[in-house]
Amino acid sequence: MNTLTKTNLSDTPAGNELAKRIIPCLDVKDGRTVKGVNFVALRDAGDPVELAYQYSGQGADELVFLDITATHERRKTMVELVRSVARQINIPFTIGGGINEIADADILLNSGADKISVNSAVVRNPGFIDELALAFGKQFVVVAIDTKHINGKNYVHLNGGRIATDIETEHWIKEAEERGAGEILLTSMDHDGTKAGFDNELLKKINDTISIPLIASGGAGTVQHFVDLFKLTNVDAALAASVFHYGEILIPDLKNILDQNNIEVRL
Amino acid sequence: MIGIVYYGAGNIFSLTAALDRLGLSYGMIKTAEDFEKYDRYIIPGVGHAGSAMQKLKDTGLVPSIIKLKKPVLGICVGMQLLTRHSEEGDSVLTNIIPLETRLFSEKLKVKVPHTGWNKVFQNTGTPLFSDIPLGSHFYFVHSYFIEFNSNFTIALAEYGIKFSAVIQKDNFYGVQFHPEKSGLAGEQLLKNFAHLA
Repeated sequence: MNTLTKTNLSDTPAGNELAKRIIPCLDVKDGRTVKGVNFVALRDAGDPVELAYQYSGQGADELVFLDITATHERRKTMVELVRSVARQINIPFTIGGGINEIADADILLNSGADKISVNSAVVRNPGFIDELALAFGKQFVVVAIDTKHINGKNYVHLNGGRIATDIETEHWIKEAEERGAGEILLTSMDHDGTKAGFDNELLKKINDTISIPLIASGGAGTVQHFVDLFKLTNVDAALAASVFHYGEILIPDLKNILDQNNIEVRL
Repeated sequence: MIGIVYYGAGNIFSLTAALDRLGLSYGMIKTAEDFEKYDRYIIPGVGHAGSAMQKLKDTGLVPSIIKLKKPVLGICVGMQLLTRHSEEGDSVLTNIIPLETRLFSEKLKVKVPHTGWNKVFQNTGTPLFSDIPLGSHFYFVHSYFIEFNSNFTIALAEYGIKFSAVIQKDNFYGVQFHPEKSGLAGEQLLKNFAHLA
């Protein structure tokens, strides 16, 4: 047994070498991706599984699928999607969309999903977070939150941001964490779609107060936005959709530049 | 051929999918007699270490597992089950490898669960890491970790504290990360396990 490397390693002080994660998000409806994609190599841009495979090959650290199918077939199509993805890709992924019963979560877990994302369902029934954490462990539970800045405060919005609530975002994140969320996915509605950068002010404020991982979403437009995000806020992960789908930012390029800026990434 | 210890602790779909992609054949172990059909074994596991241990005990397979002489790979909670004890639910475990499974303490100032890709540094010449560069990233998701121990830790990771990414005692191996979710490095590790002498 070679013990030399080990001995040397055990003498160095413990650091934190956890990589910042880059997460493409795919919207899926009736088993097909909704937003257009612009990958040259893609045979079928509407096939979420092929897209997922491409992203994992490019070095994406994780994937999020949001199923927006509105029909009663939704659970069946989600399960089929999760099975196909789990069969073909070798990185973790999260599935979200209309999960509001333990049975939904159970079948998705057993079909190969690493995590589920819950949003409006847990605002309406916060105890569902506790139930999920108890049944599957908190690492399985991502609480997604859509937030909007109104008169100097941040408020939680529901149903993809269409319905305002009087719940302050900071309070809800604290409650979600206490109830057993394993991760928070925070989308700034003010920044989403602007391509003007992430909401670093809010993200830093939140990141400094929670002790579970935080995924930032909304506003990615350039590589520099990701550099700024990680430098200014120290969040754990960045999620984006269109900049990746349209090939405006290539994940290998993004990771190289993050690495050049001394941000820990998986190359 | 790999025998997967089937005891109901979490999802094994991703694991079997990874083995399928790699062309590694496997079957399920449900009774003590099943062990003879295979030449190496995987103990998967997610969730609470105490309840996983209870489920494993309920299968009646623990005495056979302890006696195994062929390679065994515990993954995540399956690795923790190899240790003596976990702080999670103050649980007594198999004690195949006399180590302690601990909670990442608040004093370490790190977020828990430890979620994501972390660098792993293995001892040089470890067959399980053949063709895997030193410092490769593997995917972790766990709140409890196995203490670093110079006798049994064969690869370590750092997250506020040095902990065991991989432990080994004789034919028993445990990996804290999920090789089935760890990209090419994870697939290589599974291949290496399948070809361990």
